[in-house]
Amino acid sequence: MIETVVSVDLMVEEELKIKKNRLAPDFLTGYEKRICLVSGLYGDELQGQYICYEVIKRIKHSFDKLRGIVDVYPSLNPMGLDSRIREIPGSDMDMNVIFPGSKSGALGEYTASCIFDDISGADVCIDLHSSNLYIQEMPQVRINNDRVNELLPQAKKLGLDMVWIHPSTSVLNGSLAYSLNGVGVNTMVIESGGAYKINQEYCNKIVDGLFVLMKSIGVWAGKTEDIKESRVVYDKDIKYINAESSGIFIPNVNIYANVKAGDKIGTIVNVITGSEEEIVYASDNGMICSIRDYPVIEEGSLIARILGGDANE
Amino acid sequence: MNKEIIFSMNTAFRGEYVIHGYSYGRGEQSACIVGAMRGNEYQQLYICSLLAKKLAELEAQGSIASGKEILLIPTLNYSSMNAKKKRWISDDSDINRSFPGNPKGPATSRIAATLLERIKNYSYGIQFTSFYLQGRSIPHVRMMATGKESISLANLFGMPYVLTGENRAFDKVTLNYNLQLQGTQAFSVYSSTTETIDDASANMAVSSVLRFLTRMGIIKYDCHGGYISTTINESALVSIKADEAGFFRKLVEVDSEVKRGQVLAEIVNPMDGSVKAEIVASTDGIVFFVQDSPMVFQNVVVYKIIRRIHR
Repeated sequence: MIETVVSVDLMVEEELKIKKNRLAPDFLTGYEKRICLVSGLYGDELQGQYICYEVIKRIKHSFDKLRGIVDVYPSLNPMGLDSRIREIPGSDMDMNVIFPGSKSGALGEYTASCIFDDISGADVCIDLHSSNLYIQEMPQVRINNDRVNELLPQAKKLGLDMVWIHPSTSVLNGSLAYSLNGVGVNTMVIESGGAYKINQEYCNKIVDGLFVLMKSIGVWAGKTEDIKESRVVYDKDIKYINAESSGIFIPNVNIYANVKAGDKIGTIVNVITGSEEEIVYASDNGMICSIRDYPVIEEGSLIARILGGDANE
Repeated sequence: MNKEIIFSMNTAFRGEYVIHGYSYGRGEQSACIVGAMRGNEYQQLYICSLLAKKLAELEAQGSIASGKEILLIPTLNYSSMNAKKKRWISDDSDINRSFPGNPKGPATSRIAATLLERIKNYSYGIQFTSFYLQGRSIPHVRMMATGKESISLANLFGMPYVLTGENRAFDKVTLNYNLQLQGTQAFSVYSSTTETIDDASANMAVSSVLRFLTRMGIIKYDCHGGYISTTINESALVSIKADEAGFFRKLVEVDSEVKRGQVLAEIVNPMDGSVKAEIVASTDGIVFFVQDSPMVFQNVVVYKIIRRIHR
C-alpha cells in the first residue's frame, strides 16, 4: 500500500510528497518484524532507486513468502532527485545532517522529523546510498563502532564486499543512521557505485543480501541467494591516497584491482603544458575499494582508497 | 599592515589559489578576525573591507597597542564568490563544516587545518558569520557552548543581543567551536544580512569589533559604548511558520515590537492574488528574524520572535 509520509505545499501549484510503499502480509498478528529501506536522501544518488524497485518486484512475485513488514521509502528528497541536486533544492541544505528534524523547523527539518517518526519503532533500517560524483565505491556496509554488537551480525548477512566500522565520534550526529540508532532502530548505511548512475551488478548483489537479511530476522521466508562472507574492516585498514597536484586524473587501475605498494594508480596531467604533474602510487598492498571517477582534481582530492592488510588473502 | 599568505594551492584551471591575511600591529597574537567562508557571504566580506580600512587608519595613527597584533582574513573562499556558488567551487564542500580539518585531506579540509594551525595562539577569535536562515536578523553575537565560553566577554561587543544555546549537530565542525577547544575565546558576529549589503548593520559590526578590541586593550580608539547587550537563549526565540505556500507579503519588519495576535505577513495565492493565510504572532515580543524570499514553502519559518520582551 502506498502511503504519504509527509506532504508540504510548495510555492506554486505543487506539493512535496514523500511516499512509502508498505508491503505486509494480508493478515497481521501484531508481532511481525519491520524493516525499512530508505533511499534518495541525496538527489544525485540513484542506486537506491533500482534497489527499491527490485526488492518490491521480488516481494510481489512471491508475496506468500512475506512474513513481516517491509516499508520502502525510495525518495526522501524528491525535489533533489528531480532536479539532479544533491541537497534539498532551495534551502541548499544537506538532508543527512538534520535528523531527527523538528516539527517547528523549516522545510527540510520538518520533513526529516516526519520521516524519522515514521521509521521509529522499526526493527531494522537500511539507508541506501550511492557514492558522490567524484568517487566510485565497491558495495559496502558502514556501521558505527558503538553499535557493533547489535549491527555487525546483521551487516554480515548482507554479504557485501566489506563492512566498514567507523568510530562514532567521526559521524555527524544529525545523520539518519546515527539518529535512528539512537532510538533503538538497528540502522546501517549501504554505499556503492557512484552518483547519477545505476550499476545493476552492484544493485543486484545488494538486493540479494537484503533478502538474506530479511530472512534472518523473520521478514522473508522465500528462497535466497548464496552470499559470500563480508570482510570486516576498521579505519586503520583503509589507506587514503590524496592528490598533491591539480589537473586531470588518468587512472591506471579499476575498482577491485589488487595492488602492491609502489604500483602506479594513475597520473595527474597538466593539459595546457602536456606534462605529467604527478604519478600517483599505491602506498600499501591491498585492493582498490574506492577510485576517483570525476577526472578534474585539485590538491587534496581523494584519488583512491586501498583496503589493505589481509584483503587479498 | 603586513600581508601574508595563509594558504595556497594550485588549481586545475584557475591557477594558484591564495588566501591572504593582513596583520596590523606587531607583537603578541591578540585577535584574529575571519570573514567570508562561503561564496554568498557578501555582507561578511563587505564588513571586512570596512574593518580593514579602519584598522589601517588606526595603525597609521599609532593606535594599535604596543606589542599587540591583529590578523584579518577577509575571505577563505573567493573563487566561489566569483563563480556565484555558495560552497567550495570544485566539490561543494563547506569550509565551515570542515574543522578541525586534515592537512592531507581534501582542499576545504586542508584550508581548515592550515587556518586553525595559523591562528591557534590568538587570544580572541572573531568570525563574521551568516545566519543559518535566509533573511534579515537583529545583529548579535553568539558563542558556542563548549564549556569554555565567556558570555561576559561577548557583552563587550556592545551588540544589541548576545545569543546562547545548545550546540546544533553541525556546530562541532565549525571554526568557532574548534577555536574554543584550542583555548581561544571565539565569537560569531552576525550582521543583518548575508547576500545583500546593509550599510547600517555592517557599520554596527565594525564598531562592535573595534569596541571589543578597545576594551581588551588591543587598540586605542574612542568609540560609543554601544548597547548593554541583552542575553537571550535560543530557546526564547519563538518560530512562526507559514501555514500555506505562496507569495510572502511582509507587514512587519525585523526589530519591531509586536503583540500576540498581530498580523505579521500575508501569504498570497500566486494564481489569483487572494490572501491564502495570515501570519500571526503567537506571542508578544520583538521580531528577531524575518525571511526575505519573495515566495515561501508551506511550514517554513518566516519569523522568529524573542518571546515576551519589550523595548
